[in-house]
Amino acid sequence: MTEMGRWRDIDKLLARPGNIISPGFEPSPQLREEIGGLVRVLVVGAGGLGCELLKDLALSGFKNIDVIDMDTIEVSNLNRQFLFRIHDVGKSKAEVAAKRVMERVSGVNITPHFCRIEDKDIEFYSDFNIIVLGLDSIEARSYINSVACSFLEYDPDDNPVPETIKPMVDGGTEGFKGHARVIVPGTTPCFECNIWLFPPQVKFPLCTLAETPRTAAHCIEYAHLIKWDEVHNGKTFDPDDPEHMQWVYSEALKRAELFGITGVTYSLTQGVVKNIIPAIASTNAIVSAACALEALKLVSGCSRTLSNYLTYNGLEGTHIKVTDFIRDKDCLVCGPGTLIELDSSVTLLQFMELLGKHPQLRLSKPSITHRGNNLYMQAPPVLEEMTRSNLQLPLFDLIDKVPKDTVHVSGTTEKNDKRTTCLRKLRVVFKDQVNGVTSMDTAGAN
Amino acid sequence: MEPGPNKNGSRSSSYKKNKSPLYSSSLDGLISHGLLNSWRAMIRLFKIKDQRKEEAANANGRAPAKKQSAGELRLHKDISELNLPKTTTIAFPNGKDDLMNFEISIRPDEGYYLGGTFTFTFQISASYPHEPPKVKCKTKVYHPNIDLEGNVCLNILREDWKPVLNINTVIYGLNLLFTQPNDEDPLNHEAAAVLHDNPRLFETNVRRAMAGGYVGNTYFTRCI
Repeated sequence: MTEMGRWRDIDKLLARPGNIISPGFEPSPQLREEIGGLVRVLVVGAGGLGCELLKDLALSGFKNIDVIDMDTIEVSNLNRQFLFRIHDVGKSKAEVAAKRVMERVSGVNITPHFCRIEDKDIEFYSDFNIIVLGLDSIEARSYINSVACSFLEYDPDDNPVPETIKPMVDGGTEGFKGHARVIVPGTTPCFECNIWLFPPQVKFPLCTLAETPRTAAHCIEYAHLIKWDEVHNGKTFDPDDPEHMQWVYSEALKRAELFGITGVTYSLTQGVVKNIIPAIASTNAIVSAACALEALKLVSGCSRTLSNYLTYNGLEGTHIKVTDFIRDKDCLVCGPGTLIELDSSVTLLQFMELLGKHPQLRLSKPSITHRGNNLYMQAPPVLEEMTRSNLQLPLFDLIDKVPKDTVHVSGTTEKNDKRTTCLRKLRVVFKDQVNGVTSMDTAGAN
Repeated sequence: MEPGPNKNGSRSSSYKKNKSPLYSSSLDGLISHGLLNSWRAMIRLFKIKDQRKEEAANANGRAPAKKQSAGELRLHKDISELNLPKTTTIAFPNGKDDLMNFEISIRPDEGYYLGGTFTFTFQISASYPHEPPKVKCKTKVYHPNIDLEGNVCLNILREDWKPVLNINTVIYGLNLLFTQPNDEDPLNHEAAAVLHDNPRLFETNVRRAMAGGYVGNTYFTRCI
């Protein structure tokens, strides 16, 4: 295909005016090249969705792509993770996917990262202009969301500072169902704002497993949760170890025979233990296409982004709906928190008294934590005792002499004469330490 | 909504009046701050970001400190609000900054288990409170709802867990297991059968186990 022909459709979006463009969008034939040259996109996950995303993004004009995935290729991936071949089994998904897309799409540069998302430091993530997620767990989404939101800064009027915003596009599929959502921290709800919407995982009562199993899944969970510990003294069960899985399968089979239950198979065992729902290639393709389009819209402005959560259901016919989720204004991850200006000589105890008088907070009995260090705990007595000595120390010293940082506080507030417990984010700024004034003299003079 | 400074103003602003609910102004917030005059500025913004990053790196070479997950923060709230019953004590073996792993000891003040001390380990995952705490009984106990491996059959730890529940609720639930052992949800079904058929024998067995000794073929270490 000629270079012109190749970009014909993308250029229709980027080089022509439209009706539902983002405000201020100026169509231009150079826009595609600018996106290719300037924008760095990170794809998290190189599995079913990840393969589709890499292909879609590369074909949409993104030229600087990184992909991160800790998994290696398994035989069972090959039906839908179309960048992989039988001889790739055992190799890194990220590395093989990057290589295959670069072979097929000229001009694109994909850097693979064969590691856990937690292995990269925060700086790694700050390099990207946009993060696209093709993940299969709430934990991993929550982690990336917290990383992306950690870059977000608010101005004194609690408006997000534009250059600190790290937009995300999150895709997810489960069988015939899927979703695509746009997360612009500080503007749209973040992942944590709506995390309560996820239905809890179905868990069987332990006593049912132990006493009255009725289904094949009960037998499998019995072998996995009860029998394993009984037999393997202290050894942790590894769902990715085929020998462990085989052991659980054979024990589940014995149990099923004992109770006259049918239906225990090796693949069901894997499914129940690893909580796997069969993946459908077409769902991945549809969700990925929606995500790639949103990514293009976010960086180019060629159209308004979807607002802000698309659900797809292909179970009976096709159903697509977009729901406008709302932010949790008190969200601990993406919310602005309460701005508190202090002097660096203020002790932790004085700071706590200040929270009680603060008109917006009126927070009594505060327990305070800073990046995993518990500065003061009201309860239980054993922790109160361990943290009591901090009360007389300056807060500035306790948070490693950082002029601006976030601390979190749990406590009691009064609202309409009702006392409720709460957890709040506070943006602490030491007035005498910002604006470049960090000399000891100033601190001493106060 | 403010009309954007785009060239085809009339067309797009007339459309905006009846814009589809599918599309929104999620980024209009940015525009209205005046920092982004046009979408071409988004690209400029990326350049600014690079500069800022360099400045930040020069000003402060320090690696960012450990981050707290939303789950850890929620746990911080739970722990700071703990109101332990007088039967229960808590310990943090890894010190004041690891709240994700702790132990509680219950010393029931009534019922079959009066006088015994039973220790439970709590492991809280990063997805708490979406996921319930993992609780195991470290003390070997003759109990219908706790098996010899320390698995605990308490509905709120599995099928009935809700994120509105908290560590206090679980601790109260565990206390209840000792005052009201329940033969209908057995995990140790021999103990459950004895409790159901012969409560007097059950009481004797519990005493024997707590004092350190055999019940049937199982040896229990002393926990009084």
